[in-house]
Amino acid sequence: MVTATADARAVAETVTDPELPMLTLADLGVLRDVTAEDGRVVVTITPTYSGCPAMDAMRADLVRALRAAGHEEVEVRTVLHPPWSTDWISAAGRRRLAEAGIAPPGAAPRRGEGPIPLRLGPTVRAVRCPRCGSADTEETSAFGATACRALRRCRACLEPFEHVKEI
Amino acid sequence: MSFDNVYEALTGDGDARWAFGTGFADPLAGVDTTVPPDVDRADLAAYCLMLGDDALIMSHRLQEWCTNAPDLEEEVALANIGLDLLGQTRMLYARAGHADGTGRGEDDYAYFRAPEEFGNVRLVEPPRGDFGDLVARLLVFATWRLALLQRLIPSRDPVLAAIAAKGVKEVAYHRDHAAQWAVRLGDGTDESHRRTQAGLDRVWPLVEELFAPHEVEERLARSGVGVDPAALRAEFDAVLDQVLKAATLRRPDVPPAPGGRRGSHTEALAPLLAELQSVARAHPEATW
Repeated sequence: MVTATADARAVAETVTDPELPMLTLADLGVLRDVTAEDGRVVVTITPTYSGCPAMDAMRADLVRALRAAGHEEVEVRTVLHPPWSTDWISAAGRRRLAEAGIAPPGAAPRRGEGPIPLRLGPTVRAVRCPRCGSADTEETSAFGATACRALRRCRACLEPFEHVKEI
Repeated sequence: MSFDNVYEALTGDGDARWAFGTGFADPLAGVDTTVPPDVDRADLAAYCLMLGDDALIMSHRLQEWCTNAPDLEEEVALANIGLDLLGQTRMLYARAGHADGTGRGEDDYAYFRAPEEFGNVRLVEPPRGDFGDLVARLLVFATWRLALLQRLIPSRDPVLAAIAAKGVKEVAYHRDHAAQWAVRLGDGTDESHRRTQAGLDRVWPLVEELFAPHEVEERLARSGVGVDPAALRAEFDAVLDQVLKAATLRRPDVPPAPGGRRGSHTEALAPLLAELQSVARAHPEATW
């Protein structure tokens, strides 16, 4: 059964994110587990954000890919804990984001026990422009075309670009 | 594959290709939804509905800013904040349906309950107002909800705890967004200062209610499932003081609106629900 699990995992790891198609769900850290036993595959995924509208598409894509590879019985489970973090995006995923013009996230904020600190000023992050490589960039909005992306612009080449914001 | 028209091409591969879905799956599909044996199921369900109702009605008011925000980036930001809250609503409603044993889903709770069955705080109800009203209300709401969700992370209900832990990451961004606007506008021009202060003055009578415990909240706080909202007050005050000082705004000195406890409503809720529920009620068997 180890072979069936490995095979199912290899197939599931090829499925890409519907909104960031340069990334696989595995690169994104959304694919949490794949097991195969007695002809039945169980895939576990976790949502990036509570309102992520792509979860249904991800489930359907996983089922479709696994069935096409001969795994007839597929169940996709959701797991909420621990909550998804951008720290789970793989090194390969970060490279592919940058190649697609989207700046990858830095380290997610570490939160201890106390109240979460308020950020009143513009957030200063070392985000490099994915086009020209300059570190002289600024955030124009913490919210972008999808829940996980912020909008930035480069002060060196003046191009706007997207950034996967840290959570 | 070839199709006669674009619509067919979109649907030909199955409805799930639609990013917004048709026939939404249970947002907690495959989550272990066992309710711990010593947790009061009726109280847990009522509590999840309260927290879900807060998020749903606030999300609806935020969505009204689509096509009405001062710039495109702000419209996108408010839509994203509304979407996060809608996602929290969906999971909380699903949890309520497990806990009360009825198996009701998100559509049952959102579309087929009357105003008096909603347990949201009144803060989220008033019409959207101007941008000063929005900034004031979002600042108050997100500051309160962030403090609440963070204290729910150790909840003895593991599903509620997991929903809260996800929500904390999201609402931290919402609170910063509102706080940064408050500073920009409060410490901006005379006009922006005046209108942001006016928004704060209008919202403030509804602040007291946020910290007045409902009996369900009291019982669940005692059993380690929920949070006593009175315990959030110190953090709320500290954050608001920090923002108001930087924004050169003053804390309003106005009496609380009478009758303030979860489940009493303003006159704005019924028209809001009439709009939100109209399509579902006109086509009760429809799926989308």
